[in-house]
Amino acid sequence: MSVVVDISRRLGDFGIDARFESAGRLTALFGPSGSGKTTLIDLIAGLIRPDKGRIAIDGRVLVDTAAGIFVPKHKRRIGMVFQDARLFPHMSVAGNLRYGRWFTPKAERYADFNAVVDLLGIGPLLERRPAKLSGGEKQRVAIGRALLASPKLLLMDEPLASLDDARKAEILPYIERLRDETKIPIVYVSHSVAEVARLASDVVVLAQGKVVAAGPTGAIMRRLDLLPAEERGEGGAVLDTAVLRHDKAFGMTVLGSAAGEIRVPLLAMPVGAPVRTRIRARDVMIATELPTGLSALNILPGTIVAIEPGEGPSVEVGIDCNGATILARITEQSRQALKLRLGRKVFAVVKTVSFDRANTGAGLPAEADG
Amino acid sequence: MNWLLDLTPDEWNAVRLSIKVATVAMLFSLPPGILIALLLARGKFWGKTLLNGLVHLPLILPPVVTGYLLLLTFGRRGPAGAFLAEHFGIVFSFRWTGAALACGIMGFPLMVRAIRLSIEAVDRKMEAAAGTLGANPLLVFATITLPLILPGLIAGAILSFAKAMGEFGATITFVSNIPNETQTLPSAIYTFTQVPGGDEGALRLTLISIVISMAALVASEVLARRVGRRMDIE
Repeated sequence: MSVVVDISRRLGDFGIDARFESAGRLTALFGPSGSGKTTLIDLIAGLIRPDKGRIAIDGRVLVDTAAGIFVPKHKRRIGMVFQDARLFPHMSVAGNLRYGRWFTPKAERYADFNAVVDLLGIGPLLERRPAKLSGGEKQRVAIGRALLASPKLLLMDEPLASLDDARKAEILPYIERLRDETKIPIVYVSHSVAEVARLASDVVVLAQGKVVAAGPTGAIMRRLDLLPAEERGEGGAVLDTAVLRHDKAFGMTVLGSAAGEIRVPLLAMPVGAPVRTRIRARDVMIATELPTGLSALNILPGTIVAIEPGEGPSVEVGIDCNGATILARITEQSRQALKLRLGRKVFAVVKTVSFDRANTGAGLPAEADG
Repeated sequence: MNWLLDLTPDEWNAVRLSIKVATVAMLFSLPPGILIALLLARGKFWGKTLLNGLVHLPLILPPVVTGYLLLLTFGRRGPAGAFLAEHFGIVFSFRWTGAALACGIMGFPLMVRAIRLSIEAVDRKMEAAAGTLGANPLLVFATITLPLILPGLIAGAILSFAKAMGEFGATITFVSNIPNETQTLPSAIYTFTQVPGGDEGALRLTLISIVISMAALVASEVLARRVGRRMDIE
């Protein structure tokens, strides 16, 4: 499975000139608003035409302006989940879900109605009208509707942007299941570091209509300079870990990672389940010797591999903990006081309570990352 | 009260004819009405203003002028009239079909306006969403656009029907006032007012005219509300 996009389009003052390739299971198009994410996804879906360029999915050419190819949107078989759900108001939830099925050739219908309904937990909603659904329910139905058209690729345009935090937390697990339990590749548009770090296998970073970086999620999220200023505090290391055991007495879960054991607030996941966790750079302290008399539970030994100037008084320090890189943001004053330099052995210290629901979610299954 | 319901056969014929003419005018106006409304709401083409003006002409012109123009065009010797009579056997002049044509044309601008407004109110993003689900443009129109503009279609159809029930000037000019053939309710009322002692008949038909128009209006309200409730559009 691969997505190849090399496209340019001008619209008034705004231009997009983007080129990327991805073979990931969930590719995030990430960037601040106005960076061209939605334009790019509309181009892939066929909602707008490029001035010139080429789009191919799994070798199937959808657009090639040089060869005069433009497959219209209804023949692309690309599912789309819009930010505003766009459920048809004159049909029931079941009618909405079945809509795409009519137009899918029999041989290509792989999506099973009941399986999708179960996956998204929308069974109790089937008879209802879209106007009677909550924002989160609408979005789940919209995802189901796109899936049931048996698409070859699923595009999601900021599906969580218009929801509050509680609704986001309600939907995120469903998107994780979608990523892990179905075979459909997903391109996911977002401006939220939290969503991208939790969901994506690969990230394409956009700024002002151009691709500024692309690569695996861990590598991109470490580069705080790529993140928009207002989201920079959200950046940090993304670790793929697994549940080792639960400590019910203290309400904690112990995760096993390359860097060592990490204690986080109790997760409702079985032992052995993969967990994707993000450690914000601003939540990490650095100690030059094993600290004692400290409340923080996670103390990970490692070696400093990078020191980059950050914003204002801060520097960003990369610590290699047995192969996993953890990012810490500290002040330049502390760096000098502790005499931190490349190659120095240190301890990264992270409080358990700095892991919240937004940055711990189901991890990609082991075979996912190619 | 008896005199109210005691209609003469000619009066009954006028009532029946009026309903027939108005219904046929409304039904035959609907397909071109939708098409023209679509063109005006969404089309980008040279001469759009001209088309818009042409559609609205019957609203602005004196009905007699419209009727006379119809006579010139669709009369036996008119270019369109002669062609249709020769090739399809359709004759308009001095027939009830001519009354329906005149009524349809007079109600057309009202119908197009109502449908056009409802088309302009349709969220085109819904249509884009249907497209990504695999529906081609024709199917998108049939399954998304048409149901969404249903309230506008109903309003347009009722306006056209009501206009047809009341049409007088163009009809009488084009197809005259022949009992049992082209004498619709307004023509019959007019005839009554022109003869001595016709007051009673005129009043009877006037009341019937009011009842039919009110019934059409109430029916459209009920229908539109039912459609609205089905869609839960607040």
